Amino acid sequence: MMRLTVEDLACVRGGRPVFAGVSFAVAAGEAVVVLGRNGAGKSSLLRVLAGLLPAATGRIVLDGGDAEASLAEQAHYVGHLDAQKASLTVTENLDFWTAFLGGDRARVPVALESVGLGSLADLPAAHLSAGQRRRLSLARLLTARRPVWLLDEPTAALDVAGQDLLAGLMREQLASGGLIVAATHAPLGLTGRELRLNGSRMMPPEGASA
Amino acid sequence: MNALLALLQREVRLAVRIGGGALIGTLFLLAVVIVVPFAIGPDLNLLRRIGPAILWIGVLLASLLALDRLFAADHEDGALDLMLMASAPLELTVAVKGAAHWLTTGLPLVVVAPLMGLFLDLDLGTGLMVAATMLAGTPALTFLGLIGAALAVALRRGGLLLPVLILPLAIPVLVFGVAASQAAIVGPVPFGTPFTILCALTLASLVLGPVAAAAALRLARE
Repeated sequence: MMRLTVEDLACVRGGRPVFAGVSFAVAAGEAVVVLGRNGAGKSSLLRVLAGLLPAATGRIVLDGGDAEASLAEQAHYVGHLDAQKASLTVTENLDFWTAFLGGDRARVPVALESVGLGSLADLPAAHLSAGQRRRLSLARLLTARRPVWLLDEPTAALDVAGQDLLAGLMREQLASGGLIVAATHAPLGLTGRELRLNGSRMMPPEGASA
Repeated sequence: MNALLALLQREVRLAVRIGGGALIGTLFLLAVVIVVPFAIGPDLNLLRRIGPAILWIGVLLASLLALDRLFAADHEDGALDLMLMASAPLELTVAVKGAAHWLTTGLPLVVVAPLMGLFLDLDLGTGLMVAATMLAGTPALTFLGLIGAALAVALRRGGLLLPVLILPLAIPVLVFGVAASQAAIVGPVPFGTPFTILCALTLASLVLGPVAAAAALRLARE
């Protein structure tokens, strides 16, 4: 049984504490929704979990996964940036990330179809709208299977249909024994435990530190 | 392995598409080679004597020209985050990006160098010898440049900082590259002596460049 345990995690950025004393545990099939006002450290928490920021103190343990691989290698991270190249087509972008992340390239057309980009497969990503770019980012969650999803504001720029799509993807992920840690302001259409971050002091707006 | 092949394919595609930097270096070299004879004047002997050095300076600067965006672009669109998380070792990821950059920037410079030599009154045979020294030396320039490109991400400064950081490391390559070219044309030093040192510099930088660049990118996580 897979289980992600976080104990007494603290993060310091630029000499200032962002959050401290964060502890929670998620088991397979569960989701944790991270809440908090702007600057409370939601993005920082997800980046620490993804190994993209050093933790000041605390432990992050993933039990029951691939013992040879780190948490980062078993996790999908979807942040504010979509990691797509404007001059590559939709298919080329997804195909690259699928291959690079060790996924199944044969699933690329199906994944594009299921995020609603099937008809745009040969279009350069430069022509996509913000919501379509977000859908393209989410498509890599389908082509490369990872047990842990770290989602930072996954609903950003998505329309209502897109949010339903995302909710469906997350339900499938949980049903297949994965686990999700998501930071959000908007309702995700997901029943998960809530983790409320209260920044220890006033922080600049999130955009400044992201 | 699949992951790295996919990365190589993507990098080469990006470089040759519109907005990529594949031919910028070659055009820069052309500009250097065209203006030098106007500056030097009609002294063909002088031009022939300094020709290999001019070609090498042009190639050195052209190689560094397109490098500063190599990691900065991936950093800005979030791709670097995913590369840091991936199971492919970051050193190899960096090395593959360097190899793709050399294929699309360094190799074209080597190919056009004999033609550029004609502008400097170097005959085709001499130009080919100079190109041979560049084939051995330009990978060193690219792979040392990786360090500067990674530091440009870490320090959040791009542009001119990179050539300034890399220049001290690139100077030995320039010295032995020009020395090997001169040895091939006029002697008296045998061609092999500077050429083998040039090869050694390249082999060392093929190892050191990716390791140092990956370390810089890891430090840049903020």
